[in-house]
Amino acid sequence: MNLFLEISSGICLLVGCFLCFSGGIGILRFPDFYTRMHAVSITDTLGAGLVLLGLMLQSPDGLVLIKLILILLFTLFINPSASHALAKAALHNGLLPREDKGANKGGDKPSKL
Amino acid sequence: MNDDKSTLEERAKYLPSHTISLSVTLSLFWWINSNYGNLLLLSLGASSILLVIYIAYRMNVIDHESQPIHLSIKIPGYLLWLTKEIVLANISVVKHIWLGNSSISPTLETIDASQHTDLGKVIYANSITLTPGTVTVDLVDDRMTIHALIKENIDTLRVGEMDRRVTELEK
Repeated sequence: MNLFLEISSGICLLVGCFLCFSGGIGILRFPDFYTRMHAVSITDTLGAGLVLLGLMLQSPDGLVLIKLILILLFTLFINPSASHALAKAALHNGLLPREDKGANKGGDKPSKL
Repeated sequence: MNDDKSTLEERAKYLPSHTISLSVTLSLFWWINSNYGNLLLLSLGASSILLVIYIAYRMNVIDHESQPIHLSIKIPGYLLWLTKEIVLANISVVKHIWLGNSSISPTLETIDASQHTDLGKVIYANSITLTPGTVTVDLVDDRMTIHALIKENIDTLRVGEMDRRVTELEK
């Protein structure tokens, strides 16, 4: 049983780390502000979720478990609000998203301000 | 629409259930984060919770929106479904990150929301933002502006399964 917990915790941590890493790659690779925000939401949801789940499996009883669940809940409540606030502020200040055609060619400048 | 809202607001005025739920939540939160057992600290905790409840009462924020206990029966099923959607969306967005810029087709579009209450709209908008690949940029009355990483995401939202589930939630 203990071995099983260790292994599943390791898998969760590994996959979570891979997702956070992919989120970072996405931030560097994607062409404009709005698409980068989608990459961040990977790190926010399943990346953080799986890392926290892996940590929960490391200490399956006691108060640490409840605290980790609380951290997960707050992350899931706060992150969409923050993303929405960022996106709304960007749009209202005149940063227009790059549309489909421009993104595929890759040569033209992003339309902004 | 307005009828529903006013009855809920009136219920919030006459029933103390929202206050009870707020104090239970605060007490649990205080105890989980401190884990103290002696009498002095417990009483200090209790008095700080009472102070917070008093301030919340003065601010007039103890209502069905800050304490949505009328949703508590239906919300677990919705959260399970939302978790499944988030996992699927994560896989798709990670795939597009590694495939590169040529595989994405960013779109900004406006869709309709069919929820009647503000709470329902907020749940819907936050669910959209929480799902990777789609972000709610703006919410005006019943119209939501959505930015999507791939065009198909918008089409999936237009089919409206999430919309229907949130609307069912608020009934």
